[in-house]
Amino acid sequence: MKLQQDIDIFAEEIDPEVRESVYGTSKLKISKRADILSKDFEDANVVRKMAGLVKQHTIENLPKYLAQAEESFTRNGVVVHWAADGEEANQIVLDIMKKRNARKVVKSKSMVTEETHLVPFLEKNGMEAVETDLGEYIVQIDGDTPSHIVTPIIHKNRRQVGRSFEREGLGPYSEDPETLTNMARVHLRQKYLDADVGITGANFVVAESGRIAIVTNEGNARFSMAATKTHIAMVGIEKLVPRDEDLGLMLSILSRSSTGQRITVYTQFISGPKVEAQEEGPEEMHVIFLDNGRSDVLASDCREILRCIRCGACLNTCPVYRQTSGHAYRAVYPGPVGSVLSPLINRHGFAPLADLPKASSLCGACQEVCPVNIPIPDLLVRLRNKGKTEEAERASINTPGFGVWAMAASSPSIWKSGLTMGNALNWVPKALLSVEPSARSWQKTRDLPEFKGGDFRAWLKERKRGKQ
Amino acid sequence: MITPSVNGTRINFMATCLCDSFYSDVAKAAYQVLEHVGCEIDFPEGQTCCGQPAHNAGDWKNARKVVKHNLDTFAGDAPVIIPSGSCAAMNRHGAMLCMEEDSRLEEAKGLASRSWELCEFLVESLGVETWPGTFRKKVALHRSCHTRGTKSYESAVKLLSAINGLELVEVGELDQCCGFGGTFCVSFPNVSKKMGQLKIQHLIEKIPDVVASLDMACMLHFGGMMDRQKITTPRMHVSQILLAALESTRKGGSV
Ligand code: SF4
Repeated sequence: MKLQQDIDIFAEEIDPEVRESVYGTSKLKISKRADILSKDFEDANVVRKMAGLVKQHTIENLPKYLAQAEESFTRNGVVVHWAADGEEANQIVLDIMKKRNARKVVKSKSMVTEETHLVPFLEKNGMEAVETDLGEYIVQIDGDTPSHIVTPIIHKNRRQVGRSFEREGLGPYSEDPETLTNMARVHLRQKYLDADVGITGANFVVAESGRIAIVTNEGNARFSMAATKTHIAMVGIEKLVPRDEDLGLMLSILSRSSTGQRITVYTQFISGPKVEAQEEGPEEMHVIFLDNGRSDVLASDCREILRCIRCGACLNTCPVYRQTSGHAYRAVYPGPVGSVLSPLINRHGFAPLADLPKASSLCGACQEVCPVNIPIPDLLVRLRNKGKTEEAERASINTPGFGVWAMAASSPSIWKSGLTMGNALNWVPKALLSVEPSARSWQKTRDLPEFKGGDFRAWLKERKRGKQ
Repeated sequence: MITPSVNGTRINFMATCLCDSFYSDVAKAAYQVLEHVGCEIDFPEGQTCCGQPAHNAGDWKNARKVVKHNLDTFAGDAPVIIPSGSCAAMNRHGAMLCMEEDSRLEEAKGLASRSWELCEFLVESLGVETWPGTFRKKVALHRSCHTRGTKSYESAVKLLSAINGLELVEVGELDQCCGFGGTFCVSFPNVSKKMGQLKIQHLIEKIPDVVASLDMACMLHFGGMMDRQKITTPRMHVSQILLAALESTRKGGSV
């Protein structure tokens, strides 16, 4: 039996530079978010709740809207594919490429393709796949993984990026963000021109119109479609919204929550391959709907997590994430959203990630910032109950048992005699202290106040006597 | 979360297990504050704990046992007043969650609708707007996480601000958790410690005379850390400050 939670070990051993980057950036984003929301809305909570209702309605009627989306896409000349899991989704991409004799892919940022490990899969099959989002590109050349769903290199500083670019021969060492961005731009421009296929995700998919919306700040999604002949969008089945009209609400709360911007630099609406009047653009467009465990989540008591629009605000505000970084979570989706979603869609089952829902003080900061008002703390506690019920070992590390405590706390006579005799210590903080490692863990950094069991009750008796 | 509604001023006082066993002075202070505003107070002797430790740890089976005990102990329709945001949140929200498939869910909803954190009860329900007395100190007020979504923190600020001589100092990153989180603080001791350290820095940054909280659970943790580090800034529950101010009027002098 392990004696320490992996995430806690990670926090202990984290490189101070990494921790500084993660902490500083996430804190800054949260304050920008708060500023813009309070400036622009009388009560941002109303907007969050409204957006939450739209998404809740959508996931509760998902089969209907998925069917509608397929119809709309088909009408627009888009080929729709359905993938039960990541392998199927990747294979669909490969098949499309082979059919077109394509070899080169430019890809814009998409968490779903991280989830399916698309890029390594394509590379293994002899394709050249380049990430075009600056952060994802750096992750790719460093052989790293993203540590944040919006800011993949939140754990790196510009000195590290400068060294990576120098190593890859993009130019001489520099720490200047603008110089670094320019180096990447020059390098990536050629990749866009050479590529056969552009792969994107989507932030929203509109069922009624078969339109997808993609937001970026670098315009790379747009470039990924400029020179390529084939556009493939891989999206989770939960990405739907019913109507075009809903995009107004969704986009305005997404960018504000995510980066503190009123609107991202680029917002693209794509509803099919190029039409005749257009000179350029992809001749073919494919949408791959990925399930990968989402149907099971929908059937569970944690379905609200499917409202998520991947803004990253819950990561930014989470005190645990800020201390540990995304890599501590051992999953593609880290932070509060990941602590719910990752164990539920894990291909190896819930148990290996059953510690994630425990890695939270249940402070509720995540729900407070979530643009779709997901009750994340409730879902975390539900999953703790699941971990306990299923006896997942990782969920139980350093969590004391509650049997004796529950017995005492539901029988007043035991409780009271315990209070006066002092052995309440054995169960009041038993919840915290009874198990040996827990007790040591408490005492390592904290003193315990003086025990005063029964004192209040004795005082009260006196007081009542005095008043009679 | 169910928003409570009040039914008269006859109330049940729920002292909480932490005050019952460690912080008896807080329970006494809260009790006297309630007396001062004219409540007729019952203290059901059978009370133990709200059940939150097991609930949050995910042991809902054991949590339900304790919640049901509370449904018996606090039966009826009198409001239940609690000097802790966290235990109030358990009654108002957590209990309904772990009881959602239990036949006594309706009773749990009933308890939720009449459970209050002390300060929110004073301001939002009884309409207390001012507070008599003097307390000439600089106070750093910790915003306990489990008062999110309620008016407790704002209520405490309102009451404290009304006290003559009391100055509330700014606390940085108010929305950040202190790192207690029940069993979290022993399951994830390093993360908890780092969170606690940040919280302590923010709380004492403006050199307050007193660090105050609405919740002794947070203080058990960060106060324990302060003690270990010999940080001697006095710590008080908000009700203790309210009581000190009251007592200043009785003495006819100022604190
Ligand atoms: S759970 Fe909410 S806050 Fe977190 S990423 Fe998703 S939408 Fe954003």
